[in-house]
Amino acid sequence: MRTCQQLALAISGAVAVAVAACADDGGGRQRAPTAVAPAIRITGSDTMVNLVQAFAESYRMVRPEVSIQVAGGGSGVGIAGLIEGILEIAAAGRAMTAGERDVARDRHGTAPREFVVALDALAVYVHPSNPLRQFYVDELAEIYGEGGTIVRWSQLGIANPRCPSDKIVRLGRQNSSGTYAYFREAVLGPGRDYKLGSIDQNGSRDVVTLLSRTPCAVGYSGMAFAFEGVRAVAIAASRQSAAVPPIAATARDGSYVLARPLYFYTPAEPAGPTRAFIEWVRSAAGQEIVTRLGFVGVAPAMPADGR
Amino acid sequence: MKRIAHALDAASEPIVEAVIRLCGWSAIGLVVAILAFVVAQGLPAFANGLDLREFLTSVNWRPDSPVKPQFGMLALLTGSLAVMLLAMAIAVPIGIAASIYISEYCAPSTRELLKIVIELLAAIPSVVWGFIGYAVLGPIIMRVTDAAIGINLLNGAIILALMSVPIIVSVGEDALRAVPDSYREAALALGASRWQVAWAVLLPGARNGLLAAVLLGVGRAIGETMAVLMATGHAVQIPHSLLDPVRTLTATIAAELGETVAGGTHYRVLFVLGSVLMLMSLAVNLTAEWIVHGIRGRDAA
Amino acid sequence: MTARVSFVAGAVERRKQAIDRLARAFGFAAATLLIAPLVAVIGYLLVQAWPALTWSLVVENPARFMTAGGLWAPLVGTIDVVVFSLAIAAPVGVLAGIYLNEYARDGWLKRLVQLAVMNLAGIPSIVHGLFGVGAFVLAAGFGRSVLAASCTLAIMTLPVIITSTTEALASVPMAFREACWNVGASRWQTVRTMVLPNAMGGILTGIILQVSRAAGETAPILFTGAVFYVAIPDRGLAAFFPYGIRDPFMALSYHLFVISSQVTGVSDSLQYATAVLLVLLVLSVNAVSIAVRYRLRSRARW
Repeated sequence: MRTCQQLALAISGAVAVAVAACADDGGGRQRAPTAVAPAIRITGSDTMVNLVQAFAESYRMVRPEVSIQVAGGGSGVGIAGLIEGILEIAAAGRAMTAGERDVARDRHGTAPREFVVALDALAVYVHPSNPLRQFYVDELAEIYGEGGTIVRWSQLGIANPRCPSDKIVRLGRQNSSGTYAYFREAVLGPGRDYKLGSIDQNGSRDVVTLLSRTPCAVGYSGMAFAFEGVRAVAIAASRQSAAVPPIAATARDGSYVLARPLYFYTPAEPAGPTRAFIEWVRSAAGQEIVTRLGFVGVAPAMPADGR
Repeated sequence: MKRIAHALDAASEPIVEAVIRLCGWSAIGLVVAILAFVVAQGLPAFANGLDLREFLTSVNWRPDSPVKPQFGMLALLTGSLAVMLLAMAIAVPIGIAASIYISEYCAPSTRELLKIVIELLAAIPSVVWGFIGYAVLGPIIMRVTDAAIGINLLNGAIILALMSVPIIVSVGEDALRAVPDSYREAALALGASRWQVAWAVLLPGARNGLLAAVLLGVGRAIGETMAVLMATGHAVQIPHSLLDPVRTLTATIAAELGETVAGGTHYRVLFVLGSVLMLMSLAVNLTAEWIVHGIRGRDAA
Repeated sequence: MTARVSFVAGAVERRKQAIDRLARAFGFAAATLLIAPLVAVIGYLLVQAWPALTWSLVVENPARFMTAGGLWAPLVGTIDVVVFSLAIAAPVGVLAGIYLNEYARDGWLKRLVQLAVMNLAGIPSIVHGLFGVGAFVLAAGFGRSVLAASCTLAIMTLPVIITSTTEALASVPMAFREACWNVGASRWQTVRTMVLPNAMGGILTGIILQVSRAAGETAPILFTGAVFYVAIPDRGLAAFFPYGIRDPFMALSYHLFVISSQVTGVSDSLQYATAVLLVLLVLSVNAVSIAVRYRLRSRARW
């Protein structure tokens, strides 16, 4: 029967594809780099995911035989993966908590190692048509925090021209995000939760994109995500201090109150390709990428001898 | 040679039959396995700090709070139901009207065209719908309604309606076609217009099939993940207006599953949410099945 | 003298026809409400994507931090994982359909299997993802890989393959089977030589439709294997099969999700182009299924 033969051909074709894909497991090692047996799996912060992907892409020119796999999901995802032991490096926009470090130490027998790979100024953005020029930290806490009383732009003393409802629409991140956790700790303070009903966006860029279309909104995201559609606002730490804009200089010297380090965590002391990669990231070559993507570089502390 | 072939045939027959029966029963095995697994992964949450009363009645969803983790799903459940109800309110009238039109009124060539349109609509992946809701429909809603933000309950409902209409139309049209032509002919012979035939004869006759079509659309709407994740604004709150952002159960699982440590309370609570979803869609499906199966026993036409 | 009788529509008849016209217009409007969004959506996607729609979009890998270049890696990932999942689901589904239509006796067991198939079809895709994470990624130890994602997608596509197989088999007239039994064929011989070949059109249609569905789904692969970025070779045979079965992979549907929400500097046209490529992939698979259905229907001998 012809259709039987066609079916047989189709099945053998599918089987051939399957076998070839499996066979590539072995054959690939002799040839050009493949995605087989990744040497380094990096998962975590959405703030850093573009940066890490840029690292991976550039490192391929330096060490083509090392394959790197990048995934996002938020700092919480990376740290969870580190605890599970399914990755080599967790990228995090916040420090690991003591509880997380304990669990990791129990799981792996040794405490996780922390490396600062870049600095970020967590910026608060508004729509360009919004006349607001600066925020006090306590105002931000009243806007975002539970029980906070500021819900309208007029309460901040300004008239937001393109926002007829005068409502403050809070844009934020989902709770796996290190940005979310860092903002909560730095702005709301320990022991205070977010007010429910904020728009919890999936990625750092989502926040600024949505903000550029929503005049009523305020949002927080990494300084690297600024673009013409939004305006970063200067932040004053208290009523007595001056408002500081989120730029590289203020992030580096610490005068910007929401400056935070961006971390790589490894389950134990890194070795082999992972160690070489981290050293490369902290070297001038890696830090050049950091500044190119809009973050702030750190001074290299490890000698570049991994090559 | 032939004798060997015949012997092989005879010998392999019971094996083949056994394999076939096994494959048939695999469906039962899989449903049971999935249900049991999801529920079993979720149940320990109740022992570990998930308070049933808080879970069912509280809107506070703060699973990772440094102060005290709260697992109230009321706002999420309301979000899922609100989006589904609004989507059905849009999709059901349009879907039923369109299926009547396709089945009774239009010319065969138009019918073919519309069937192709339905298939194309059904084929668009949900992430593309979510992208459209986020990038295209959001700004439109803001411009038309002066809403504070464009991704909200209305946006999600419109997108879900567009996704559910193809199912309602195709199953509904099948149900209308299943009504015997003799019914139509009898009514037409009495002088009824096509609308009267549809209203007085076909809709009652195909009522169960149409109900099943609507329920299948409902099931689709409850279970949709990516489109609502991107188009509803993902905000934990009970909506007070159509323009308020909401969050659904499905989007919550999709957004938070990755960050949980396997076996932790948050992980298990997400499986509890999954169990709730499974039970809701199981209920909808069983109802649809019971309705359809009901007529097979009753109608002798 | 016979009076000339002419039929003039009375008030009742006029009202009836007016309502009929109204209903027709309403139905037409409803049908238009289906066509208009489809045309608008596809048209808008194409218009926005136009600058980025080049051949290199398909054959090149993502470059320059995923803001430029092509979509080869996600495209090949989607194809690989879909082929794998159908390789698992198609045989099991077809055999299960044969069971339901040819072997099962009418009774509680058959009803139970049909009920199970229907409920399996109704399970939300994210619950399939939950099951995939718990069962394949963690319990079976596959990790986030093509294997775990394929198994998850296979379970998701199974019920519709079963249903379309049973319908296709049911459409083969009983007379064909009776003819085989009359010459002494066993049940499997009948199925294999007579029923199955004649039902092949419907079966293949169902399988191909599930190919397009599996290609478009994101939720089941979200946690079972799709990743943001992994470097794959640009040339050679390895570029066609870059993902080993235990490797994570890039996928077109997930790629659209991440570049619209996370990657900075991606031009609007590249995002829309990704959406267009995904829709085109899905639609062309559907077109193949329609062509297969048409061709095999026209060759049907009953």
